[in-house]
Amino acid sequence: MNGIFNRTLRWIFFNLIGRALVLLVLGVHVRGRRHLPKDGPAILVANHNSHLDTLLLMTLFPPAALRRVRPVAAGDYFLRNRLLAWFAREIIRIIPIARRGQGRRDPLRRVDEAIRRGDIVIFFPEGTRGDPERPAPLRPGIRHLMQRHPEVPVVPIWIQGAGRSLPRGEALFVPFFCDMAVGTPLQGCQAPARDCLCQLESRLHALREQLPPLHWYEEPDEAS
Amino acid sequence: MTLPIPNISWTLAALFGLLGLASTSLALARRRYPERDWSELSDRTRSWWVMTGIFAAAMLLSRNISLVFFGLVSFLALKEYLSLIPTRRADRRVLFWAYLAIPLQYAWIADGWYGMFIIFIPVYAFLFLPLRMVLIGETRDFLRAAGTLHWGMMLFVFALSHLAALLVLPSSAASASGGPGLVLFLVVLTQLNDVLQYLWGKSLGRRKVVPRVSPGKTWAGLLGGVGSTTLLALLLAPWLTPFDTVHAALAGLLIGTAGFVGDVVVSAVKRDLGIKDSGNLIPGHGGLLDRIDSLTYAAPLFFHFVHYLYY
Repeated sequence: MNGIFNRTLRWIFFNLIGRALVLLVLGVHVRGRRHLPKDGPAILVANHNSHLDTLLLMTLFPPAALRRVRPVAAGDYFLRNRLLAWFAREIIRIIPIARRGQGRRDPLRRVDEAIRRGDIVIFFPEGTRGDPERPAPLRPGIRHLMQRHPEVPVVPIWIQGAGRSLPRGEALFVPFFCDMAVGTPLQGCQAPARDCLCQLESRLHALREQLPPLHWYEEPDEAS
Repeated sequence: MTLPIPNISWTLAALFGLLGLASTSLALARRRYPERDWSELSDRTRSWWVMTGIFAAAMLLSRNISLVFFGLVSFLALKEYLSLIPTRRADRRVLFWAYLAIPLQYAWIADGWYGMFIIFIPVYAFLFLPLRMVLIGETRDFLRAAGTLHWGMMLFVFALSHLAALLVLPSSAASASGGPGLVLFLVVLTQLNDVLQYLWGKSLGRRKVVPRVSPGKTWAGLLGGVGSTTLLALLLAPWLTPFDTVHAALAGLLIGTAGFVGDVVVSAVKRDLGIKDSGNLIPGHGGLLDRIDSLTYAAPLFFHFVHYLYY
């Protein structure tokens, strides 16, 4: 009973509210849609500047495939109260991970399970949303995943504009057009671990270069 | 809900007939010259079908749906504009207020409050948005931010909303088609004018009108386009408007010329920003601004032409 209720809410959230928000209010143009996986397992790797990122990535998939798409998200943030935890677990269906290693257990254990089940996992390797529209260095988590699942395609995606619409620390959503670029999947990174990470990072930055420049000014620098 | 006015339905049907003709000739040309690349022309034609379909539905369903449709066009246009121009992070909240002005502007129109509709953006929004910016307190690039924002508000909210203002004009003894007839007259002529100017320019254009802004625009295109638009105006006016022959010809001249100016003004903005198309919303055409640029000039000028002569 509870399951059907949550599933219905989830369907409404993504297919009615989410798609209307993404397509009409926000507006998004996707380059390289053909590189998206038709089926799991796969790891989608994207830059992260906004809560909108997850919604943008999930609405890339048709309603039937959404069941398979699972965003990896910080447990300390999304499970901090009951309502948010319910929303994160049942509606978004996040895979919660512990960002700061509490030692004993492998933080990526649940992600591994999902990949083995054949899910399409969304992973933000920067670890946090960071400053709006600014890339941050990749953290080592994704490297572990790539090494543990060398046969699983890793699809790099660059998202631009979401950090303008809803940056970290702002509750007010302001519509701006968003651009996304999906790159060719990396597969079976046999190179030494550090090189895998570099390769992924350079793919992401190459995708960023494909997109039109974003005219978005921060607070003034002291220099001038 | 009232039944659609027959002249409106017939005009829309004729538009679909015209599109059918375009698609048929495209298919024939494709078969004749299979080696050429027809993809852009075919994208463009398909987009015309979609746009005409949406516009026809918006015009036929009900007055309120038409108003919401025009409000949505304003919103999408302003969003496209604000996404292209340089904006300051500090102004996010200001932009939120700018978006909020759209439903208000269309509400005045739906309400028939002409006085408010005509001053809301040029006076109240113009005065309020810089005040909101001052409260945030960022002064660097203040003038540029306030100026570019208001310029967008004027073109894509104020000027475009004149389409909706035309729509709510009451019908008169001279013309049963009333407001919807005038909207259809304006939109059909503006869009056909774009196509006709392009065709005339392609077939015999040589001398450029504004080479530094829009090198594709030639005198032959401009004059041929405005001339054929004026002829079409004479043809359509008895169906859709209260115009006599002289007024119909003047309206055609006005729409053709204003459409051209709107087009090159938005071209100048795109050139300034270093982009060719304003977006990718409409396959084969570019962004929404590429499609409605001529209307931003034609709509207010045509509205005041009608308002002065008949209301």
